[in-house]
Order: sequence, then structure tokens, then C-alpha cells
Amino acid sequence: MLSRRTLGIVETQYVTFTPPGGVPMENGERLPQVTLAYETYGRLNPEKTNAILITHALSGDAHAAGFHRGARTAGWWDSLIGPEKAFDTEKYFVICSNVLGGCKGSTGPSSINPATGRPYGLDFPLFSVGDMVTCQRLLVEHFGIDKLLAVAGGSMGGMQVLAWLAGHPDRIRSAIPISTTLKHSPQQIAFNEVGRQAIMADPHWKQGNYYGGPVPARGLSVARMIGHITYMSDISMEEKFGRQRKESIESLKFTPNYTVEGYLHYHGENFVKRFDANSYLYITKAIDDFDASKLRPLHQVIRGKDVKVLVLAFKSDWLYPSYQSKDIVRACKLAGVETSYCEINSTYGHDAFLLEVEEETCLIAHFLKKVLNGYEVDDYEA
Amino acid sequence: MKLESERLDHRVIAGLIPPRSTVLDLGCGTGELLYLLVREKGVRGQGVEIDEQAIYKCVAKGLNVLHGDLDSGLSDYLDNSFDYVILNQCLQQVRHVETIFKDSLRVGKRVVVGFPNFAHYTARLQLGLKGRAPVTASLPYEWFDTPNLHFLSIADFYEYCRKKGVKMERAEFIGNRGLVRLLPNLFAETGIFLISG
Repeated sequence: MLSRRTLGIVETQYVTFTPPGGVPMENGERLPQVTLAYETYGRLNPEKTNAILITHALSGDAHAAGFHRGARTAGWWDSLIGPEKAFDTEKYFVICSNVLGGCKGSTGPSSINPATGRPYGLDFPLFSVGDMVTCQRLLVEHFGIDKLLAVAGGSMGGMQVLAWLAGHPDRIRSAIPISTTLKHSPQQIAFNEVGRQAIMADPHWKQGNYYGGPVPARGLSVARMIGHITYMSDISMEEKFGRQRKESIESLKFTPNYTVEGYLHYHGENFVKRFDANSYLYITKAIDDFDASKLRPLHQVIRGKDVKVLVLAFKSDWLYPSYQSKDIVRACKLAGVETSYCEINSTYGHDAFLLEVEEETCLIAHFLKKVLNGYEVDDYEA
Repeated sequence: MKLESERLDHRVIAGLIPPRSTVLDLGCGTGELLYLLVREKGVRGQGVEIDEQAIYKCVAKGLNVLHGDLDSGLSDYLDNSFDYVILNQCLQQVRHVETIFKDSLRVGKRVVVGFPNFAHYTARLQLGLKGRAPVTASLPYEWFDTPNLHFLSIADFYEYCRKKGVKMERAEFIGNRGLVRLLPNLFAETGIFLISG
């Protein structure tokens, strides 16, 4: 039985880090200061051993669960985070932060550059998924947490999980990468490039200097539409839209008359209201360049580490196909770390990681319980 | 508190595996055997299973389990990755027996094999006297719905291991009333073998 209980009202918090010399980035540059927007749910135990970091996908933010005051919709993973849910906030202390480079409260290209007093725009340094994780580590240390019980996330969130595993395997007790990959395939890079080109072809983009004026809305909207297509499956689109037409059909040529067209337009236009085009460029570049084995093969890094891994994939996900998850599993097998893997049957495509609540709850809840408590193994009497 | 597995073959296998070994259970099903080994023997266990619903049951038991077929389950592992590889009641159901068998001996220092004996006397009677495809306690399927692809006897397995130069370390036989000592190829429904390469 799935829990219907909710966290109720939650609030986004902000913390700014100004370490001496700035925050070091993988490309050698330094950011003088980094602000992270974050939310927490549940209570950190006195030993600080029950903390779970949730990492969000491309368009996600720090608001993973519960409701903001006055809001009708809950956080993006509310179905999995809350009392008696997969990430049970009665047992665990759950943290979720907006990534570095994002536009929902964390430092990114739309933030004010302290050197100029104006938004960074393209002066913002190119950052990596590893840099996102560097900032998350600052946040985790801010809470005085030495070792996370788990890091979990889907899609780009899964890449951050893998970056934790590859970069800080001693700082986590378990990793839950979902619907993700060790590195992008040419197909995944290609889709992102079309999105970026749509933004940069918009006359309002102006080399990223659009703040204070009209935003590149058409370009960002088209980028989101392409993204949305890749998040669904042939079957889920057939079930959702068929060849149905909208009620009011306009007589002009080439107006979007099919329901599926209307859906994409609606979501594209909505996205512009909540997302920054430059953030989209920077973040998609970061995930295209991600390679969990860039410095050393992942299996070498985690060999002999006391870390447990739960890898999840979904059958109809053609954007992050299950063979990519199996590559993660292969690295874990070579490393000899304790691993579970399930390819969940679903027709939702890549979006399944947000929707297949029952299956994910069963797997994640039991996995976390084992990580937290281990086995009470009886002494064997010969 | 000790857990008592319902199945005698599970208890026999548990008797073959020393405490705190590392174990790979191929075709682990819902994880009953692996759970027994983890709880009673403190083994570090890893299961491989193709059925999605069985995966949920394994994870609910706190087991490490990988969703996939046996071929891919084995080939990724380095030589001698496990103290024991278990092939219980699954060898007769895989397409490429020889590949799995060889790879198990590569990945495990020792291998436990358990399979239903096709030469049990009830099977012989059904085939020899009645002229019917045998349906027995350990081979409970009709010809049209059996998952089994290969039919072998205990004598066949001895001969196979001899030919392949595989070392037979121990053999246990199970009949309908417990362990069988006498004429196992006639009276055992199930044979369980501990072998090494």
C-alpha cells in the first residue's frame, strides 16, 4: 500500500559559500561565491547517519517534495519522498538542492556577477556534473554530515549520483542511479545540440545578454518541446494523444491542431516562465561532457569500497536505454561491490522514473532499510 | 534464531557452503536459498534472476540481485570472483549449458550444481512401461508446458564431468523421503554436486 501522507508546507532555504580562494571548478576556474537553494525534509539524527541527498534532473529544482505555501502542485518527487514513502522522512533526513548553474535559486548564468554587478550571462564559467557535486559536498558538510546514507536521482540526477560514486566513494554508503548513463551516447548529445541551437538561433538570445529585455522564448520553448518528445515513448504518446485533434481548430495553415501539438506548445511556453535559456545551454553541455570514468575507470575507483548500489532502468526508456544502466552494473560487478539492478516494466519512456511509484517504492524502501540496518546475521554454529 | 528452509535441497546446499563465503546464485528466483545462506552462514551473496517480480521479492529480503539472463550474469565477472557459484535447478533450463557451465567454473572457485534426475525409477516406469513422457515430483511438468530444455540423469552428469576433467568433490542425493544413499541414479529425484575446475 502506498502512503498518501504528505509533508505539508515546506520552504526553500538558501546558503552561500565563500571559501578562501573561491570554489574550484574542474576546468581550473574558480567561482568567488556559490549560493545553493535547498530544501530538507525529516530530521537529521544526532549521529548524522540518516541523511539522503536527492539530485534533480535537467529541469528540476530544490523543491522535491511537499507544498510551497499557496501552491496546488507538490514537489517534483513528492510521490517518493515523505512519511512512509520510499524515502521515508520519518526515518531519513532528505536534502535536495538546485544544481550549480541552475536558475531556481542557486548560482548560475542568470545570477549577478559580483565583479560587474550584472548577470553573468556567458561570462559564467563552463561547469561539469562533478562541479555540481563539489557544491553539494559543501552543503552536506554545512550540515556536519561526514557520510551520506544514500545519494539518489534519475536522469541528470543519476549522473550526479555516479559523480558522487566516482569522486567521493568514501562519503556515501549507497548510491541509487536511476534511468541514467556513465556517459552520453551520440544520440543523446545530438538531441541536446538541437535544443541549444534552437535557443542560440533565437534573435532575443543576443549571445546570452538578454537579461532585462525580452528572453529567447521561442528558442527555449522549442528546446523543451524536443526534450519532452524524448521523455515519452511511442506507446505513451499513442495512449495520451492518439491522432486526436483539438476542439477549436484554427483555419490558418500549419496551426497546431493535433492534441499532441497543443501539449508540446503548452509545455514549451510554460517552461519559458520557469527556466533560464542560458542555464539550459550550460547544463545540457555539462551532461553531454559527463563521463563517470573520465579520470579512472569507475570499477577501479570503487573496488574494495564499502558502498552498495541500486541501479534502476525502465523498459520503454529509449533516451536512456537499459543497456546504459547495465554498463553501470558491469562496472559494479568488476569492482565487486554489492549491487542490485532491476529493469522495471513500463510504457512511460524516460518519464517513468517520475511515474512508476509502486515499483520504485518497493525497491528503494527495502534497499535503504538494508543499507541503514544491515543484516543481523546469526553466528553460525558448525 | 535459526531459519528453517522448507526445501531439503536448500538445506543440503547450505551444508556444502562454509560460513562467510562469497556466493553467486544464478537463477536465484525469489531468493529463498540466498536468504538462508546470508542469514545462517553470513555469506556475502549476489543473485541473478530473469523474472522481474522475483527481483522485488529478493530486494524485499534485503538481497543483492541483478535482473538479467545467466549469460550476461556471468560473463562480466573476473576469474575466481566468488568462492561458490550456485546453479540450482536452472542448468536444465538454459539454452547454452556448456557456456554457462564453463563460465561458472571460471567465475567461481567451486560450483554447486543441482538438477532433477531424469533416470528416477518413476520416470523410467512411465517411459518404459506406459510409454509416456515422465511427470515426477522433481520433473512436475507436462511435455507442453515444461520450462526444461535438457533432460539428464545423475549418471549422465558423472560422465560429463569425467569427460570435461571436472573434479567432483561431493555429491548428495535427495529422494521423496529424504537423503538417498543407495543407487542414486535409480532412487534420487534430485542430485546436488560440488565440483571444481
